[in-house]
Amino acid sequence: MSEPFLIGRDMTGGYGKGPDILHNCTIGVDKGEIAVIVGPNGAGKSTAMKAVFGMLDVRQGGVFLNGKDITKLSPQARVREGMGFVPQTSNIFTSMTVEENLEMGAFIRTDDIKDTMEQVYTLFPILRDKRNQAAGELSGGQRQQVAVGRALMTKPTVLMLDEPTAGVSPIVMDELFDRIIEVARTGISILMVEQNARQALEIADKGYVLVQGANAFTGTGKDLLADPEVRKSFLGG
Amino acid sequence: MVSVKNTALFAAVFGLILLTGFTSGWNSALLILNMGLISAIMAIGVNLQWGFAGLFNIGVMGFLALGGLAAVLVSEPVTPGAWSAGGFQVIAALLMGFATIALTIFVRGKTTGRVRTIVTPLLLIVGFFIYRAIFDPAVARIEAIDPAVSGNIGGLNLPILFAWPVGGVFAAAAAWVIGKTALGLRSDYLAIATLGISEIVIAVMKNEDWLARGVKNVIGIERPVPSEIELQESAQFVERAASLNIDPVTASTLYVKLSYSVLFVIVLLLIFLAAELALKSPWGRMMRAIRDNETAARAMGKDVTARHLQIFVLGSAICGVAGAMMVTLDGQLTPSSYQPLRFTFLIWVMVIVGGSGNNYGSVLGGFLIWFLWVQVEPYGAALMGFITDPMPDAWWIKERLLASVAHMRLLTMGLILLLVLRFFPRGLIPEK
Amino acid sequence: MDYLNAIVALTNFVLIPATAYGAQLALGALGVTLIYGILRFSNFAHGDTMAFGTMATIGATVVLQSWGVSFGPLPTALLALPFGIAATIGLVLLTDAGVYRFYRTQKAAPVIFVIVSMGVMFIMNGLVRILIGPDDRRFADGERFIISAREFKEMTGLREGLALKTTQGITIVVAVLVVAMLFYFLNRTRTGKSMRAYSDNEDLALLSGINPERVVMVTWMIVATLATIAGVLYGLDKSFKPFTYFQLLLPIFASAVVGGLGNPLGAIFGGFLIAYSEVLITYAWKKVLVYTLPDALEPTGLVQLLSTDYKFAVSFALLVIVLLFKPTGLFKGKSV
Repeated sequence: MSEPFLIGRDMTGGYGKGPDILHNCTIGVDKGEIAVIVGPNGAGKSTAMKAVFGMLDVRQGGVFLNGKDITKLSPQARVREGMGFVPQTSNIFTSMTVEENLEMGAFIRTDDIKDTMEQVYTLFPILRDKRNQAAGELSGGQRQQVAVGRALMTKPTVLMLDEPTAGVSPIVMDELFDRIIEVARTGISILMVEQNARQALEIADKGYVLVQGANAFTGTGKDLLADPEVRKSFLGG
Repeated sequence: MVSVKNTALFAAVFGLILLTGFTSGWNSALLILNMGLISAIMAIGVNLQWGFAGLFNIGVMGFLALGGLAAVLVSEPVTPGAWSAGGFQVIAALLMGFATIALTIFVRGKTTGRVRTIVTPLLLIVGFFIYRAIFDPAVARIEAIDPAVSGNIGGLNLPILFAWPVGGVFAAAAAWVIGKTALGLRSDYLAIATLGISEIVIAVMKNEDWLARGVKNVIGIERPVPSEIELQESAQFVERAASLNIDPVTASTLYVKLSYSVLFVIVLLLIFLAAELALKSPWGRMMRAIRDNETAARAMGKDVTARHLQIFVLGSAICGVAGAMMVTLDGQLTPSSYQPLRFTFLIWVMVIVGGSGNNYGSVLGGFLIWFLWVQVEPYGAALMGFITDPMPDAWWIKERLLASVAHMRLLTMGLILLLVLRFFPRGLIPEK
Repeated sequence: MDYLNAIVALTNFVLIPATAYGAQLALGALGVTLIYGILRFSNFAHGDTMAFGTMATIGATVVLQSWGVSFGPLPTALLALPFGIAATIGLVLLTDAGVYRFYRTQKAAPVIFVIVSMGVMFIMNGLVRILIGPDDRRFADGERFIISAREFKEMTGLREGLALKTTQGITIVVAVLVVAMLFYFLNRTRTGKSMRAYSDNEDLALLSGINPERVVMVTWMIVATLATIAGVLYGLDKSFKPFTYFQLLLPIFASAVVGGLGNPLGAIFGGFLIAYSEVLITYAWKKVLVYTLPDALEPTGLVQLLSTDYKFAVSFALLVIVLLFKPTGLFKGKSV
């Protein structure tokens, strides 16, 4: 394939009638790869991801999934096309049990979801133990697992994560990253926004450094970590 | 600045009232005008709370009723023997009741934990029984005094006009208590709390016969204007009427109604001017700033709850004044006539249709909606008469349709409210 | 001292009526709380929705009776109930399509919805009064009592009677069935779970592919069903009068708020709490005290804490106390 499996190409746009936040920004990820968007605060990292997911107006450029133009589709329609999205906050149904959260994740599916649920439980064994507990009662790391599990229930081809490690301890973060690598190994593309740039780039196949809504540096995770300029400006030396 | 459109709207409403004068007589027209004036005042009161501060008060009926109670307590003559029989004891009982609540609040502040959970209900229960022990016999003695005509504590025998500001004070006092407890809550909760209070006010007025005779009603309340009979007996008046070529009976009824109109117009103007000045003052600007963004106002160090309390009390006081005026106009207090659809929700229709946040809008809404409320019935009757004319007599559908006319106004008010909300969401005269 | 008679008197005058009333309030409050949880506003037209449903059921009852259909010892209104429910579902779905949906697409503030519901309240209120008239109406037929006071006295030889009206028995049985079905639906079925998910987290529900319009439609259908059943049970037990139903709004709101708006379990708890408090505080305790206290302490008055006319004050006081100390209600409700 000449072009990544999922690509938001030359995206320019902003929220509603507001000013443009993204300027000719390009984000892409290939099958089974992990792509990470990093950058300083206010660089438009989450905005870029939301643009790929259709949560804001892309005035120029377009979004393509497996070669198909999905620029005009609503987020809900993109879920049906095989995109899974884990928002940064409010990403679980707190009053419902873990299992019900997973069931709701699979709401659009009409086939048997038992196998997928089994896969999620295998990936996150702790969720199996807590499956009848209200998701809102779980710890921060466990809640993130529920959130990722919920998104996986649609059997997506692309999983998008908005700062999955925000507010969790370093140990939990490492574990979450391990799980994300496992998910990628099953052939699912991962696109995520991360505050913890260094750790994220270490597991990334592809990295995008955004500054003020535009691509500043792009490369493999390793290259970016090695790039002295990226190190100096964004990784604290 | 009042634009051409607004002038036209006002002209249209007064045109409708004039039309009523020409078609159904000037007495009907003045009746609509007088109640329209009072409705406009009520609407200004609600608009102050909702339009300027975003406070959702659906207990308007309660504040109006308190104003009406003031009219009785101020203007009625003292019932002979009522005070010596138990009046002072009732006051003592009420003070004792307040003291219990005050003591409970005080003790709650001084204690903690289990002591508090035990002492609080204990104080309240003991206080309640002592209160009832003082209160009940006194009330029984007052209500025993000539129950067919009085059986109540009576009033202060002051001129009725004093009752108008006192009505405002009554309503303000009630609003202060409600505001203190409920204003910090979400808007839905304030709404439900005010709805509850208004039902309780009505329940008290219906059942506490010693206060204002309950459902036995107080009739023949003193009037601020001369009576028709007096006028008809005055030679000078009859002569004047004759010179204007009106028969003295009609002339006297018109004169009385016009006198009321003059009094009401004065009050409306005063309240309207005060509301406009308040709105344009820095205080009013702050109110609207708070309404539009409470969080930001709070962050800027504004005491939002205290400001809300002020405007809640003021708006309710205006409703209280209007309530006293209404009882003055009717000459009687009938607690069972207070119905929330008529005295709370209809006022809301006035404010929303007129344009919330705009005093001109409230006045317009008050007149227009009151006019429709009165006139929908005759118009509906005419319409139904026309529809049912070809139907055979005594057919049940015909009878049903004719009987339905009486309830047409509720349906119409709902329809008007929904249409205005849909197509003119900011009302006929929107906020500037 | 005669505890047995005291218990019987207490059951007869307090426990049975309060339980029936509590069940009626709980069903009403469930409707309010579901609307709040899904559509996120306090529906002031709920009392009038109940009145409409009851009216439709009365209409169907009259038709059935004219055909000579009866339900044996049970009220014919139970047979007519499905027609009443269907009519009410039709009405609320029309209202939603014609009124509320517009504001939903506008994403209007909750308070606008409340004001809109006031308009709907006026219309429904007018509609009911036009169609059936404003008067008091009884429509219970069949057997009046399951156990009458006289039968009970003969059976037990006690001085106090214990009556269980058919309508009270029906209220309790129907309420239990309806609540069980509702909870099964909400907790076990896909649609029910999608409603809970939507109530919990609207954005995430959208992301999960839950169709909000469908959730709203199902909610209205359930609410119409609950409102009609609550209204019919109340009307069978007492009587039907449009104005009374409008006034039920206050205890119903109080029940929903006390239990925690948006929480169905809370609504049921709230309904019974309000009902028991109302009845306990307005009951004249003299009879029970005469049986339980030694003769020397026998009360002279009625020992009634508040006159029955102040029952609103009871709902209201409970409401205020709960709001002051636990603003989200006794069970955790939503605090939007």
